[in-house]
Amino acid sequence: MNNNKNWIDQRFPLTKVWNEHLAEYYAPRNFNFWYFFGSLAILVLVLQLVTGIFLTMHYKADTVNAFASVEYIMRDVNWGWLIRYMHSTGASAFFVVIYMHMYRGLLYGSYKAPRELLWILGMVLYIALMAEAFMGYVLPWGQMSYWGAQVIISLFGSVPFIGPDLLVWILGDYSVGDPALNRFFSLHVIALPLILVVLVFLHIVALHHVGSNNPDGIEIKENKNDKGIPKDGIPFHPYYTVKDIVAVVVFLILFSAILFYAPALNGYFLEAANFVEANPLKTPEHIAPLWYLTPFYTILRAIPPILGSQFPGVLAMFAALLILVALPWLDRSKVKSVRYRSLPFKVALGIFVVSFVSLGWLGIQPVISPEWYLSLASSIGIEVETALYLLLARLFTICYFGFFVFMPLYTSIGNVKQVPQRVTE
Amino acid sequence: MKKIINTTALLLVTFVSFGVAASSSVHLDSANTDITDKKSLQNGAKLFMNYCSGCHSLGLMRYNRFVEDLEIPEKDVAENLMFSGEKTGDLIKSTISEKGASKWFGATPPDLSLVSRYKGTDWIYTFLRGFYKDESRPYGVNNHIFDSVSMPDILWQLKENKSEQEFNGEVRDIVNFLDYVGEPAKLVRSAIGTKVIGFLLVLLILAYLLKKEYWKDVKYGKWRVKG
Repeated sequence: MNNNKNWIDQRFPLTKVWNEHLAEYYAPRNFNFWYFFGSLAILVLVLQLVTGIFLTMHYKADTVNAFASVEYIMRDVNWGWLIRYMHSTGASAFFVVIYMHMYRGLLYGSYKAPRELLWILGMVLYIALMAEAFMGYVLPWGQMSYWGAQVIISLFGSVPFIGPDLLVWILGDYSVGDPALNRFFSLHVIALPLILVVLVFLHIVALHHVGSNNPDGIEIKENKNDKGIPKDGIPFHPYYTVKDIVAVVVFLILFSAILFYAPALNGYFLEAANFVEANPLKTPEHIAPLWYLTPFYTILRAIPPILGSQFPGVLAMFAALLILVALPWLDRSKVKSVRYRSLPFKVALGIFVVSFVSLGWLGIQPVISPEWYLSLASSIGIEVETALYLLLARLFTICYFGFFVFMPLYTSIGNVKQVPQRVTE
Repeated sequence: MKKIINTTALLLVTFVSFGVAASSSVHLDSANTDITDKKSLQNGAKLFMNYCSGCHSLGLMRYNRFVEDLEIPEKDVAENLMFSGEKTGDLIKSTISEKGASKWFGATPPDLSLVSRYKGTDWIYTFLRGFYKDESRPYGVNNHIFDSVSMPDILWQLKENKSEQEFNGEVRDIVNFLDYVGEPAKLVRSAIGTKVIGFLLVLLILAYLLKKEYWKDVKYGKWRVKG
């Protein structure tokens, strides 16, 4: 055994890699609930890659057969339904996990120096993941696949001057059709997964270089023993591997509960309208993207067109994503963790969370005023000009951007608490 | 911990409000189907083949698949279910021609393989029981939840010869069958899920004990550096 190990180590740094990234990678010993989601994200990525390989064996990327081929997987392929549901549930699970992972970063200031690049790599990953999910959703070629693609891709047509040409270039046609389906398939199964895997690798390399943050926002590397080991660190393996296994099993139980008992999750994981084959001549009553994209979809809808152009809305939507990249430089606070932050930051974070969830909820609703609002308005004699949901969308869009724009200001004021020298239990 | 509880509560509230907002304003009767009821599914298959399959295909479903899944005796298949010389491995296609259908009814009868998935069982149940007399319509009937429907009230004979309760039961069986056709895996997935989750629960206990054993070191500050 030892001989084999030596033989390999002389030719490949196996023991070195194992030690650097697992057995002698010292992670803070005070990780809490929020620190499970990095490992879980890798688990879901592997799940998506493996189930995706098997789906690709049976799926037909062409507009005549695509819809039927997915149903063929659901019916005639042995265990095809299980693989397909794992993949469709996995897509939503991926975003649940990623949103928790990102929220952890906000809670404990994990984006602050020296982890700016780690954060930026994560944000690029997030955007790549959204592209991956969007293109994957087109493949079953149902009504929502088709019309969702039509709506999102038409955004590129609103770019001034080059819009119409850009649209044709992207679609390879004048509307979403066979060429678009084929290239989305190619991007979904090859290009984007490759990018995702490479980015995840870089994300982990960057993490292991700077070391993990923790719920106290303390740099454990600043407090080492005489052997050069952080006093508040414990080896990732075996301590966090065994702890993460517990989280993995809990995750799989929740995942299985949805997968086996409610795979469509009442239309939130698989929309009912997507069980109708794509029909370019019949627009569905209500087009909404899946839940994980809706906050940005709402921002898009919240911005009124200027001179008849949707382009400002498109810009706002992309700005909402890109502004996340600037976070490390917008935050001027001396402390990282929410535990020691000033009150203004806590208030801002609360408003941000409420805004983000509300934007997501509004993206699923049609732009209307609910009954109670209309009757309330008429009873006090006010005429409703703008739908309530549009007003709310605008309000929360302002809050969303406000969180970032005013961050240099509110992170500079208020009293921060004293950060302890060592991590707390 | 408090924060986690608060966050979960927030997520839960949002989720519940999603569900409320998603329900449509049209009142639908609850179909209350039971996919584990083989008798009901068999009866539904028989009724569908006799009343519906003339016009409506189940183009994603094969005869032998549902015969096997619903444990329908071989002799009944040829007698009650297959009327026009199909092979058992064939997809269930209606015999009506598309051109003829749109000439006679004004619309092509849709394939019903996935109707339970995009309309829902409650909708089908309410629709099939929702026909009322309306002389202004070509077939003399209209529907409460599908105005100006092209389809005639195909189940009228069934309705006339039975009590309301019996008729509702027959319709429920058809809906049950369509629910199965929309997702054949539904017959097995819950049972498999119970086994999978059972296994995971056992694994959870072991994983938790393993974690606890290792973390004793951390708790008492005893873990040692290798070498």
